[in-house]
Amino acid sequence: MKSFIEKCCDQCWHSPSTPCELFVACSVEGPLCHNDDKCKEKYKNLNEALRYVSTDIPVIFIGMGTCGLASGADKVKSAIEEELVNQNINALIVPTGCVGYCAREPIVDIKLPGEDRISYCEIQPKDVKDLIKTTIIDKKVYKKKLLGSYGETKDGIPNIDEIPFFKRQHKVVLKNCGVINPNSIDEYIAAGGFKALDKALRILTPEKVIEEIKASGLRGRGGGGFPTGIKWELAHKKKSDTKYIICNADEGDPGAFMDRSVLESDPYRLIEGMIIGAYAIGASYGYIYCRAEYPLAIERLEDAILKCREYGLLGKNILDSDFDFDLKIKKGAGAFVCGEETALIASIEGKRGMPRPRPPYPADSGLWGKPTVINNVETFANVPSVINMGSAWFASTGTKTSKGTKVFALSGKVVNSGLVEVPMGITLREVVFDIGGGIPDDKKFKAVQIGGPSGGCLPDSVLDTEVDYESLKEVGAMMGSGGFVVMDEDTCMVDVAKFFLTFIQNESCGKCVPCREGTKRMLEIIERIPVRYGSNGDKTEQLQRFKGIIHLQRLAKVIQDTSLCGLGQSAPNPVLSGLRYFRDEYEEHLFERKCGAKVCKEILTYEIDPDVCNGCGVCLRKCSAEAIIGEKKQPHQIIQVKCTKCGMCFESCRFDAIKVN
Amino acid sequence: MDGNIFQQYPKNDRSNLIAMLQDIQEVHGYLPEKEIRKVADHLGMSLSGVYGVATFYNQFRLTPLGKNIIRVCRGTACHVKNSANILMALENELGICAGQTTRDKLFTLETVACIGACSIAPVININDDYYGRVTVKEIPKILNKYKKQEQAVSAE
Repeated sequence: MKSFIEKCCDQCWHSPSTPCELFVACSVEGPLCHNDDKCKEKYKNLNEALRYVSTDIPVIFIGMGTCGLASGADKVKSAIEEELVNQNINALIVPTGCVGYCAREPIVDIKLPGEDRISYCEIQPKDVKDLIKTTIIDKKVYKKKLLGSYGETKDGIPNIDEIPFFKRQHKVVLKNCGVINPNSIDEYIAAGGFKALDKALRILTPEKVIEEIKASGLRGRGGGGFPTGIKWELAHKKKSDTKYIICNADEGDPGAFMDRSVLESDPYRLIEGMIIGAYAIGASYGYIYCRAEYPLAIERLEDAILKCREYGLLGKNILDSDFDFDLKIKKGAGAFVCGEETALIASIEGKRGMPRPRPPYPADSGLWGKPTVINNVETFANVPSVINMGSAWFASTGTKTSKGTKVFALSGKVVNSGLVEVPMGITLREVVFDIGGGIPDDKKFKAVQIGGPSGGCLPDSVLDTEVDYESLKEVGAMMGSGGFVVMDEDTCMVDVAKFFLTFIQNESCGKCVPCREGTKRMLEIIERIPVRYGSNGDKTEQLQRFKGIIHLQRLAKVIQDTSLCGLGQSAPNPVLSGLRYFRDEYEEHLFERKCGAKVCKEILTYEIDPDVCNGCGVCLRKCSAEAIIGEKKQPHQIIQVKCTKCGMCFESCRFDAIKVN
Repeated sequence: MDGNIFQQYPKNDRSNLIAMLQDIQEVHGYLPEKEIRKVADHLGMSLSGVYGVATFYNQFRLTPLGKNIIRVCRGTACHVKNSANILMALENELGICAGQTTRDKLFTLETVACIGACSIAPVININDDYYGRVTVKEIPKILNKYKKQEQAVSAE
C-alpha cells in the first residue's frame, strides 16, 4: 500500500462511486470491517511511513511556502539534490509549507532513521555541503544553524517548542503547517486529518455540529468577530433548495499573510472545515474566493480539491452519508473591498465587487439570492479542532468573550517576523517582545499597527492590553484579519496615516458618498500636513490646511457613522488612533515643521557635511534634479532650491556625509 | 488556445465574466479591445458592462505589458521598511512611473498592495523571482541582470 485509497485486500471496497462510511476511521485504525493481520500490518506501516516514524533512509524536509521560496528555498533544494547525488546518498526530500518562523527561512529539517527530526534555519546553498556532511554522513548536529528538535530536549538541543519564538505559542490552526507535506492528502489523514469530518458525518447531526460550534465560542476570524455558530444556525434554519458556503480567502490587508500560509501549508484543513460547515447548514456547493496574487496557494488548493474528489471526500454521497458537496475556486481579481461579504458575493456573480446594504444578511439571501455562509480561512481551519477535541477544550483557552487562539502575521521592525498563533488574552507586549524578540538595531519601540487599514496604531502605554475582540476595540484598534506591524522610532505616524488613507482611497469602491468623497478629503487634509510653505507660498493653501485640521476629527466621525460597509466605517481608524495617541507628532509637523522620524521628505533639508564628503560623485550622478554640484575629489554641496527631497543622495552615499534635518 | 477560452465557458452565463477576463489576460498579458468585444457578445452583456468590471479590479490591464514585470510591494510592513524609496529608485532608474512600461518594452513597473511576504520586507517581485530585504543600492544590479539577459537574447 502506498496510499489510503488503495485497497488493503479484496474485502475493502471504498471508492468515490461506492463510498464506505468507515473510510477515514479505517485509514488510521484499520482495517475495521474484517480481521486480517496482514491488512493491519499494511495500514500500520503506511501510517508510520506517512508520519515518518520509521524510515530506513534520511528524510529532508524543506519549507517551500512563499516566504521560503522568496528566501531561496528552491535554490537550497536543488543544492541538496545535487549534493545527495555527489555523495551518493539515498534520501527522501519532502517539501513542506511554512512553519511560521519566516524571518529564519529557508528552514530545512533533517530526520535520520531512528533519530528525532531536527530543524535548521537560514540554510543557504553554500551551507548545504557542510549540512549534509555533518548531519547525514557524520550523524552529528550542525550546530551553526541549529533551530531545535521535534523530540525531547537533550544534548543541548532544545525542543522546538521551547525556543522563545514558539514558547508562548499555542498551535491549533497552524498545527500541521511546515510539518506535513501540503500536497499529500495521505499525510494529512495520517496526522489526524478528516477525523472531525468522519465524526460529524457518522455521529453528529447538523444541529449537533452547530451546537458544538456555538458552545465553543468560535468567532469570525476575518476581523468582525461575529459568532460562527449563530451565523451557521441562521443559514441552517432557512429553508431553501440550494445553499452555499463560501470561504473568504481574499486577504487584501497590506501586512497580513496568515491566510496565505494556511492555504499553502495545510489546504486540506480548510477543505475539511468547509465540508463540516456545509454539512451543518445543508449547503450543496462551496466556493473558495482566493486572491489571484497567491498563485502557489491556488495551485495547492486545486490539487487538494482534486485529491479530495479522488478519495471520495468531495462529491456525491460523501462517506456514504447521503450528503453531497463539492467546491470550486474563484480567483479574486484584486479588490480590497471584496473582503466584505456582500461585495464578495457580487464578485463571484461576475459583477463589480460593490457591497450592498444589509439586511438581508447573506445567511438569508446571499449568492444568487440563496442562503449563504461566508467565513474566513482561519475560522474554517479552527472547525476541525473544535469538532475533534470538543467545544469545552476549545473554550478553555482565551478570554471571557473571545475563545481559542488567533494567528497574527508579525512583521515590520521586529526581530522575529513570521506567523504566530497565540491564545486570546495574551498581552500585546508579550507578542512584540517575548515572541517577536523586540526591535532590531536597538531602536526604540514606537507603535504597533493592528488590524490593517481598518485598525489602529497603539503606543507603548497600551501594550499591556490583552488581545481579544473587545479590548482591542476599546483602545482604538481592532482584531482585523490579524496583521501585526511593529514600528520603531524611524516610522512617522503622519506618514503611516497617509499611507493607509491612500490605500483606502484607492480601494474604495465608490458606491457610497461618505467613503468615496470623505476619504479623499481626509487624505487631502493629511497630505497638507507635512508640506513646506515658503514665505512666497500660497496663503490660501495655508488657510485651507488649518481649516482641514480643524474639521479632521469631525469628518472622520461622519465617515465612520454614514458609510455603507466596513471599509468606509473603519477607514478613519488610522487617523483617529493617530490623533489619540500621537497628537504630539501631528503637532510637531504642523507647528514646528519637523518630522522626528525623518520620513516626511518635504519638510526635511539635506546637507552635505564637507568634512566627511570626499567628492566621490555618486550622489551627483544619482541626483535626478541636478541639485548637487562639486568638483571631483572636492566636497560637494546641495543647491536647496533645486532639491526635490527625494533622498536618493542620502541612500546612495557610502560615507554618511549627507545630513538630514 | 484563444478559441478555447470561449468554448470553456457557456454562453450568456455572466458569472464567468471575471474568470474569462483572467484567462484572456493570461494569454495576451492584457485585455485587448477586440477580445473585450468578443466577451461581451459571448456573455450577452453590454460592452460597457464588461468594461466596468475590467476597470474595477486592479488585476486587469488595458494596455500591453513589457517583457519583465516588476511588482513593488507597498504593504504596511514594506512601507515601514522604506519601500517608497525603492519604488522611487526604480522609477528614477527606469525613467517611468508606476503603472507604465518603458519605451523599449523591456520593463513594466507596478505596485501591489501586498505580496504576502512581509517577513522579508521590503519585497519586489520580477516575473516569478522574489527579491527580499531589497535596498536602494541593489536596484541597478538587479535591473542589470535582466538587461543583460535581453542583450544575450538579441545577440543570438
